[in-house]
Amino acid sequence: MTERATASSTVSAPVPAQSTSQHPTNTARRHVAPRVVLQNLVARYGSRVAVRDVSLDCQPGIVTAIIGPSGCGKSTLLRCVNRLHESVPGASASGSVRIDGDEIYTRTVDPIRLRRRIGMVFQRPTPFPTLSVFENVAAGIRAAGDADRGETLQTRVERALGRAGLWEEVRDRLHGSALALSGGQQQRLCIARALAVEPQVLLLDEPTASLDPLGTQRIEELVYELRGTVTVIIVTHNMQQAARISDVTAFMLEGELVEHSATRALFTTPQDQRTEAYVTGRFG
Amino acid sequence: MSSEIALAGARAVRDAQRLRTVHARRRVGALLTVLTWCAAVLAVIPLLAILVHLLVGGASALSFDLFTKMPSPPGVAGGGMANAIVGTMILVGIASLFGVPVGVGAGLFLAERGGTRLAEVVRFVADVLSGLPSIVLGIFAWELIVRPSGHFSALAGGVALGLLIIPLVTRATEEMVKLVPTPLVESALALGFPRWRTSLVIVLRTAMPGIVTAALVAIARAAGETAPLLFTAFGNAYWSIDPTKPIAALPLQIFAYALSPYDDWRAKAWAGALVLLLLITLMSLLARSVLRARQSLMRGMAPRAEDLDD
Repeated sequence: MTERATASSTVSAPVPAQSTSQHPTNTARRHVAPRVVLQNLVARYGSRVAVRDVSLDCQPGIVTAIIGPSGCGKSTLLRCVNRLHESVPGASASGSVRIDGDEIYTRTVDPIRLRRRIGMVFQRPTPFPTLSVFENVAAGIRAAGDADRGETLQTRVERALGRAGLWEEVRDRLHGSALALSGGQQQRLCIARALAVEPQVLLLDEPTASLDPLGTQRIEELVYELRGTVTVIIVTHNMQQAARISDVTAFMLEGELVEHSATRALFTTPQDQRTEAYVTGRFG
Repeated sequence: MSSEIALAGARAVRDAQRLRTVHARRRVGALLTVLTWCAAVLAVIPLLAILVHLLVGGASALSFDLFTKMPSPPGVAGGGMANAIVGTMILVGIASLFGVPVGVGAGLFLAERGGTRLAEVVRFVADVLSGLPSIVLGIFAWELIVRPSGHFSALAGGVALGLLIIPLVTRATEEMVKLVPTPLVESALALGFPRWRTSLVIVLRTAMPGIVTAALVAIARAAGETAPLLFTAFGNAYWSIDPTKPIAALPLQIFAYALSPYDDWRAKAWAGALVLLLLITLMSLLARSVLRARQSLMRGMAPRAEDLDD
């Protein structure tokens, strides 16, 4: 683990991408992307350790990809960042996760409030089946109880859909069922839903695992556009995807963080033999 | 040359054997198909026989008056069982009002806290309760309400029927809630939904069509029950919609009329039974249509993703 390079310090946050999105109200951003620091994080399911002593520094506004074979603990690691991990019966986590210096693993932090600052998107699209497109996006805003912050709900929903690149496609069927959308649209709806509460951090758990190449491309473009405005951590099976969209890549194996460094460096000059074996396709 | 002929002969014998086994297999298959057909027909015959019987016996008494008029004394022509029809609706209404929310709540508890000791006990008790002879529920309601209050009442009847509904709705709700995909629940939690809001807004609403179907089936069953009403609702020959007074009910009226010595009343008993059957059929149809809505809802949803990466 000594190879865990001084990588993070060599990676500078990119210049926040200026709004390339088509939606006009895209510029109103209240939050600044925070730095997310994981230290000595250990996550367990009962007595089974899924994440072993992982430390990872995610710089503000950059995209960090976590790669590794199935069962290496990368999803669990992600679920520790919004404390969703502990909602599984028997699961526990210890160690430290700090968001802009604020420790989230303390008794005073309410996971529910925390999760309003951290958006998450899952492997398969999970639109709420009984709600319309509009209500899906509004759901988080309503749950947070801050529906009236000087802006109408409509404005905020539109902006979220715009940021997710879905506005043009759904503007005429906002009140139709979310299930009528295609798989890729549903996944972008889930991203819009996560963005609607204007989170500072976005966690993506293999968001393109169930999508076709075109849908995958749309999501990747979207992630690329989001950099600078939110700190993104994305778990992916797909190394090409990590190479395309991330600034920093972390490689996990059997619950341990083997190596993490600037994406190009990790893929071209890995410091650890196991990383090299994995990225060159010798296992996994 | 001769070896070729021998080979061809052997092949022909083998083919013939194969053909025989294929034929035998087809015969067994056909036989079993016929048997299942017979079983299916046998299963439907009782219902059809009952329906025919009811129509033949009750057709003479089946009229608009049956639904609108009060019972007439024996020998007096006309009259109906409006009080019993309304009474059954009131009884079923009270039962649903009390049985469905309790059942849904208990089912939600079982689904969300399934592993706890208390949940095991609740589940076991619900199973025992659903297997209990319905007359026992009547005795319980009698002991609970009729004896302390000193008189029979619609309320007591409604509670007895409600007790019948609770376990059915409880177990159905548990199953339906368990079918809600975990990622959907986690999506709500990840959005900053508190547990209660997740359960109410996401889980219950997603499971709702299934729960409604189960509740309708349970209510239909309760509507036809006679035994729990014998010493709770008791029956009433007069018009009453007061829940604190004895109330008429279709099954009780049928029971009383069928045992009577008057042809006119007996015909009304048949007609009443027909009305009851139609009422229950209607509810079952409603339940099925709701179930269809649920299926389309479930189809559109991602399949249950238990295969979390870790």
